[in-house]
Amino acid sequence: MSSRTLSPAGRARRLGVEAISLVVALVVFVIPFVFIVLTAVKDEFQSSDLTFAWPTSWPVMDNIKQVFAARDGMLLVAFKNSTIVTVVAVTILVVLCAMVAFVLQRRPGKVANVVNALILSGLIIPPAIVPTIWVLQKLHLFKTIPGLIVVEVAFSMSFTILLYRAFIASIPRELDEAATIDGCSGLALFFRVILPLLRPVTITSVLTNSVFIFNDFVNPLYFTPGDENATVQLTLYNFLSQFSTQYNLLFMNILLITIPPLLVFILFNGKIVSGMTSGAVKG
Amino acid sequence: MRGTTKRTYSYWFYAPAGVVYGIFFILPTVISFYFAFTRWDLFESHWIGLDNFRQFFSEQSLRSSLRNTLVYAVTTSGLKVVLGMMLAVLLTSSIRLKAILRALTFFPVLVSTVAVGITFSVLLQPDFGIINTVLAKVGITGPDWLGNPTTALLSVAAVDVWKGVGLATVIYIAGILSIPRDYYEAVEMDGGGGWTQFRNVTLPLARPATFTVILLSFIGGLRSFDLIWTMTGGGPGFASDTIASVIYKQYQAGFYGLSTAGNVVLFVLVSIIIFPLSRYFNSREVDL
Repeated sequence: MSSRTLSPAGRARRLGVEAISLVVALVVFVIPFVFIVLTAVKDEFQSSDLTFAWPTSWPVMDNIKQVFAARDGMLLVAFKNSTIVTVVAVTILVVLCAMVAFVLQRRPGKVANVVNALILSGLIIPPAIVPTIWVLQKLHLFKTIPGLIVVEVAFSMSFTILLYRAFIASIPRELDEAATIDGCSGLALFFRVILPLLRPVTITSVLTNSVFIFNDFVNPLYFTPGDENATVQLTLYNFLSQFSTQYNLLFMNILLITIPPLLVFILFNGKIVSGMTSGAVKG
Repeated sequence: MRGTTKRTYSYWFYAPAGVVYGIFFILPTVISFYFAFTRWDLFESHWIGLDNFRQFFSEQSLRSSLRNTLVYAVTTSGLKVVLGMMLAVLLTSSIRLKAILRALTFFPVLVSTVAVGITFSVLLQPDFGIINTVLAKVGITGPDWLGNPTTALLSVAAVDVWKGVGLATVIYIAGILSIPRDYYEAVEMDGGGGWTQFRNVTLPLARPATFTVILLSFIGGLRSFDLIWTMTGGGPGFASDTIASVIYKQYQAGFYGLSTAGNVVLFVLVSIIIFPLSRYFNSREVDL
C-alpha cells in the first residue's frame, strides 16, 4: 500500500487518480468561491453580466464602503449583533453543558437515563416555532438579542453536552477523589479542577458552535425579525431583494460574512473537523 | 461514599441548563400539541379540533409539502452516503494531496447556507448561469433548474449535497481509519484487489459511519428550510415547498394554529422515521 512498493504502472495510475481528483475538486468546490470573489470586486455594470470575466475595474474598497453604508449602516449593526449573540451564547453553552456532562458521565443511574433521553430528543425533534415565539413574548424576550441567545443556547445544548460527555469519560475519576480529599468539592471542584482540564474539548466546542450560531439563519428569521436586531445572515437575506440589480454589492456582502468562518477554518481546521465528527459519531 | 457522590456530583449541576432547555425547548414542544388544535393569534386561542390537520392534508399545496420533504430527505441522505463513502475511500488511499482535497470538500460545511443558496441560484440561472453556459458549449440546452417544477426541488437537493457532503466524508474517514490494517492485509494476502477490499472490509466495517451519516442527513433533510427558502422560496408554485417552509409561510400569513399543526406533523414524521431507524441501527451495531 505504501508508495515505496508501488510499481511504475501503479505510480502512473496513482498520478492519474490524483490529477483527476484535483481537477474535479477544483471545478466543483473552488469555482463557486472564485465566482463570489470575482463578482464582489467588479463594478456594478460588469457584475450584472454574472460571468467569470476578469474584472475590468477593481472598485474593491468602494464596494466594501457601499455595502457597509447601505440602509444606514445596517451591516455594521448586524456584525455587532451577530458577534454578541455568538460570543454570549457560546460562553453560556460551554459552562452549562460542561456542568451537565460532568455529572451525567460521573453519576449513571435513572436520572442520567432520563437526561440522556432528553438530550437525544433535542438532537432529533424539530423545535416548535410559533409556541417558542409565544413563550418568548410572555417573557418579553421576543425580537430581542437576549431572546435569540437563549434560543440558540437551548437548541445547541444537546450536541455540546455529547461532545463534553465523550471527553470527560477519558478523565480518570481518581482525579475527582484526590481533589475531594484536598477539600475541593462541588462547584469549586468543577470550576477549579475539571473545567481547566476540558480545554481541548472546550476549544472544539467553541469553534463548532461559533460557526453554527454565526451562520444561523432560521432562528434570527423567526425570533429577531426586523432591522434593529438583525444578524448578518438575516441582513444578507434582506439585501437579496434590495441589491437585486447590484450583484457586486450582494456578493461583497457574501464575501464579507464568509471571512469569519474562513479564518476559523484556516486556523483550526483539524479541531473543527474532529469536533464535528466526534459529536456526530457519539450522537 | 454515597454522600460524597451526592455532594461532588450534585444534580444541581443540571439546573441551569435544565431551566433554559425546559423553558425554550421542552415547553414549546409540549404546548404545540395544544395550539395545533386551535385557531390562534398569539393572544387568544379557540379550540377547533382537527380542522388544522384536515386542512393540512386536504389542500394540495400543503399536502405536497409532505411528499417533497420525504423526497428531499431521501435524495440528500442517499447521495451523501454514496458520495461521502467514495470521497472517504479516495481520501484514505495512498494518493498525495489528501490534505488539500479534504480541506476543499469540507469548507462548504462552514459557509453560511444563505450565502451558498444565493450563489447557486445565480450559477443555476437559465440563460447566463455558468452551468447552462457550459452545457450549451457541449450542445445541451440546460433546463431552468430552479424555475421548472420538475427540477426545482432536486436542484436544491443537489446544492444541499454539495454543501453537506464534506461532513459525511469526514465521518466516513474517521470510520475507515478505525478499521485495523490487518483486515486489508489479509485480503491482499489472499490475492484480493482494491474492489474486494472495499466490498469485504471497508463497506461492512464502516457500517457505524454509514448509520451516522444516514441519521444525521435524514434529520437535517426532514427539517430543511434555509436552503430551500433562499433558492426557490418553495416555488415555482408549491413545487419545492417542504413542511418547514409551509410552517414559515403559514406563520407569515398569521395562521399560527395551522403553522403549529405543521410543526406537529413534522414532529410526528421525524419521530416515526428516526426513532425506529436509530433503534434498528443500534441493534445492528451490537451484532458487529
